[in-house]
Amino acid sequence: MSETPLIADLGTKEEAPLSGARIGVVTFPGTLDDRDAARAVRLAGGTPVALWHADETLGDVDAVVLPGGFSYGDYLRAGAIARFAPLMSKIVDAAKSDAKLPVLGICNGFQILTESHLLPGSMVKNDHLKFICRDQVLRVENAETAWTNQFEAGQEITVVLKNQDGQYVADEKTLDELEGEGRVAFRYVGWNPNGSRRGIAGITNAAGNVVGLMPHPEHAVEPGFAPLDGDTGAYSTDGLGFFTSVLNQLVGGAK
Amino acid sequence: MTTQSARKFNIDTVEHAGQTPETDLPWAELGLKENEFEEIVKLLGRRPTAAELAMYSVMWSEHCSYKSSKVHLRQFGEKLTEEMKKDMMVGIGENAGVTDLGDGWAVTFKVESHNHPSFVEPYQGAATGIGGIVRDIISMGARPVAVMDPLRFGAIDHPDTARLVHGIVHGIGGYGNSLGLPNIGGEVVFDSVYQANPLVNALAVGVLRHEDLRLANASGVGNKVVLFGARTGGDGIGGASVLASESFDDTKPSKRPAVQVGDPFAEKVLIECCLELFKASLVEGIQDLGAAGISCATSELASNGEGGMQVELTSVLLRDPTLTPGEILMSESQERMMAIVRPENVEAFEKVMEKWAVEHSWLGEVTDTGRLIITWDGETIVDVDPRTVAHEGPVYHRPYHRPEWLDGVQADTFRSSAAGASLPSSGEELKAAVLTLMASPNMCDKSWVTRQYDNYVGGNTALSAPDDAGVIRVDEETGLGVGISTDANGRYAYLDPYTGAQLALAESYRNVATSGAVPMAVTDCLNFGSPEDPEVMWQFAEAVRGLADACQTLGIPVTGGNVSLYNQTGTTAIHPTPVVGVLGKFDDVARRTPSGWRKDADGQAIYLLGTTRDELDGSEFANLRGHLGGLPPKLDLEAEKTLGAILVNASRDGMVDAAHDLSEGGLAAALSEMALRFGVGARVSLDELCERDGVDVFTALFSESQGRAVVAVPRSEEVRFNDMATARNYPVIRLGVVDVLATSLDVQGQFELPLETLREAHEATLPKYFG
Repeated sequence: MSETPLIADLGTKEEAPLSGARIGVVTFPGTLDDRDAARAVRLAGGTPVALWHADETLGDVDAVVLPGGFSYGDYLRAGAIARFAPLMSKIVDAAKSDAKLPVLGICNGFQILTESHLLPGSMVKNDHLKFICRDQVLRVENAETAWTNQFEAGQEITVVLKNQDGQYVADEKTLDELEGEGRVAFRYVGWNPNGSRRGIAGITNAAGNVVGLMPHPEHAVEPGFAPLDGDTGAYSTDGLGFFTSVLNQLVGGAK
Repeated sequence: MTTQSARKFNIDTVEHAGQTPETDLPWAELGLKENEFEEIVKLLGRRPTAAELAMYSVMWSEHCSYKSSKVHLRQFGEKLTEEMKKDMMVGIGENAGVTDLGDGWAVTFKVESHNHPSFVEPYQGAATGIGGIVRDIISMGARPVAVMDPLRFGAIDHPDTARLVHGIVHGIGGYGNSLGLPNIGGEVVFDSVYQANPLVNALAVGVLRHEDLRLANASGVGNKVVLFGARTGGDGIGGASVLASESFDDTKPSKRPAVQVGDPFAEKVLIECCLELFKASLVEGIQDLGAAGISCATSELASNGEGGMQVELTSVLLRDPTLTPGEILMSESQERMMAIVRPENVEAFEKVMEKWAVEHSWLGEVTDTGRLIITWDGETIVDVDPRTVAHEGPVYHRPYHRPEWLDGVQADTFRSSAAGASLPSSGEELKAAVLTLMASPNMCDKSWVTRQYDNYVGGNTALSAPDDAGVIRVDEETGLGVGISTDANGRYAYLDPYTGAQLALAESYRNVATSGAVPMAVTDCLNFGSPEDPEVMWQFAEAVRGLADACQTLGIPVTGGNVSLYNQTGTTAIHPTPVVGVLGKFDDVARRTPSGWRKDADGQAIYLLGTTRDELDGSEFANLRGHLGGLPPKLDLEAEKTLGAILVNASRDGMVDAAHDLSEGGLAAALSEMALRFGVGARVSLDELCERDGVDVFTALFSESQGRAVVAVPRSEEVRFNDMATARNYPVIRLGVVDVLATSLDVQGQFELPLETLREAHEATLPKYFG
């Protein structure tokens, strides 16, 4: 498994305490935010590992990020083809195994997770029918998952939202179950930017190792290249919390 | 399905052409003039074959050959100074210009038009405009890193405008967002002169290491020619009339759309695939397939290299097996590239294709015969000197003269016109005028458009719309980066094309400097009417002359661009619209200056740099009153250089926290936009300014005098900032302070404009018209 940094000339300068944790970032044809996800892993202190959709084995990774983009152009239905990638079956098995591989699906990654049935529901076109890119406030509803344990429940965070097919839908029973079991991980604060049912921005599986969300935490990790916090006007690096959460869990740290 | 080689057309071979000199050929229907056709016959020593005629007609078209503009565009080369060449690695003539950024990095950028297709089919026209310019950038060996879109539409309330706005914006987003390229800026302008001629210009920028630079040439005899990417289909075939004469049955599709259809997923895969080829040094030369498709790629590659190429056309992979040789040569199907590969690299090349699941076909090889030979099943259908196709087309010295009407227009100044009567003067009137201005189609908030574009992808966007320039980090270690702006003002260029083109350059230069970047290179998209109209041709000649002169004074070269002519409806041409893009360099993008004051800027001093004169002709305010006459604002390029240096130094030394250039809408627009950027108010007074410059408050607010910018200076830096401006003898005046507690823009003694009211007016316009 190659460990070439995805970004030119940007190695981790000093040995970070968590750099032993290896987070795989999967690239499908049409994936766009893989470099961003790898950067976020590195800035959080982990070691990003580039994974290729056609690989037959997962190799030696401790967690996996499915980044955003338009895999296979999303011409059929977002994520519908990517779920059949050879590597996806390995990821699905590992996520369901006793080892409970932590998996984060961002945007197209979330769509791939629902298509893979690791998470319930589906995404359809935004209710206003337009692509939307904006700075987005989310409320953390579940701060117990592998990817959210560094947040507080109820905390409001600012990340980036950008999607065409971001409207989360599921039947009422599923939605009630998600709510009842505390599996709504994030909700949109204020205006619902895509018509998602019950303002849901992200959800988790029952075990808390698989999390999917439409907004993009990997774009809110570095001052100067991040969304602005509406209250303070400062750059938000709230997205780092996703990656420090999983690193924290991997090294056995408690909340 | 039949194999390609089994398909039988009544092929017009070279041999056949030699035997049938009297055959009537539809050169006129293909857009060739009689003298041009005669020239082709002379070059070949016989009549061209149908395939050769197809190639010459499309390569000698205005779009590909620049036959009307060439004699003027030469000035961009002739007026180059040593200083301008210093950082220029590749200039005009290649797919895009390349500029040295230092540290082994280079940047390539170019702006192009896709005006006509976007009017016919807005979504695909605009989408493939992005696709084409991005492939130009890849062809240089670069990774594309951002796009920008200067757009011009007809009147906002015209029934057809919504169709174009929705389709074009959706097309740019649909294609660009799928490529993972942040859209970092552009323009959106409404003017009835663009009603049936929207201007859809697309700029792309890419970065590369010096050693990755690739050029479009076919060198090395025996090297292989490969076509890869999407299959060739029947889309985008120009002048299909002659091809119809090749068609001997009516079972094939007809009436194909003239507009190409884009597949952004194919393009994204093509980008990654090409970058992998470059990294492994598997291609010797590369060329994208855009206008004129295979005709262009083969003839340009061959004539830039050893001069010869042999190609078997039945090897081309097709979407539509009924295509004839001429159609295959002219097809403008998107997402295709042609490369030259050494025989020993063929296997490695194929491995990369396999990894990315990109289809490819080996078409032939490089020869030293000096001829481009294209065969169909072994029979020669094209045998030409590729230089005569690609580079030695006709050149016209079109007649031109100053329009008769121009004197009258220039004499009709705003102040002397009926529109210039009863100007706002009381505080209430001025306040209402600012609100009207900021809600007007050209000055209103454009986020309805820009929110449909991804500006974050890549994680290197340091500034994007609505800031003065888009800023992209190139090197994550050092922060090395670039700032880019595109600007044009068709009304100024209408009043005086020479100065108008220079004003576009000056504004773009100023925007880049305002963001903190050192301007380095220029790209231009020259949108004009018909070159066959001597008055339009004069506008074009004047604009090019103005631009070349101004580049020389500013010391930055034009490295590439595009000319779009025939933008007119009937005999009515659009305003001459030279769109100018300037690229500047940051040693560290962390020093970039945003265009508004932030919430932590309380008490910072607001300064205005430059002099305000009574210059309202051609202004947005005059436009609001439906007036266009007089002369555009005066331009002092030396002053622009000084202002630029002040802004860049102030940014580099941390003397300013916000800066915004003054252009359309003058000081009123600049102050409004700075306050709205982060929703922070300010208190300013214009008394001292009016006193110093001898203007009234109305003029101070709405004049569009050049060489001006507003900056916010932290208290601790005020002395240093003033000293720097004074040392350079540049006019500077303190207008007031940033006031975080204020919820308004307070122009003391005149009016207090609540930010909420201003924001509502500013943001309501586009949603009102476009939903």
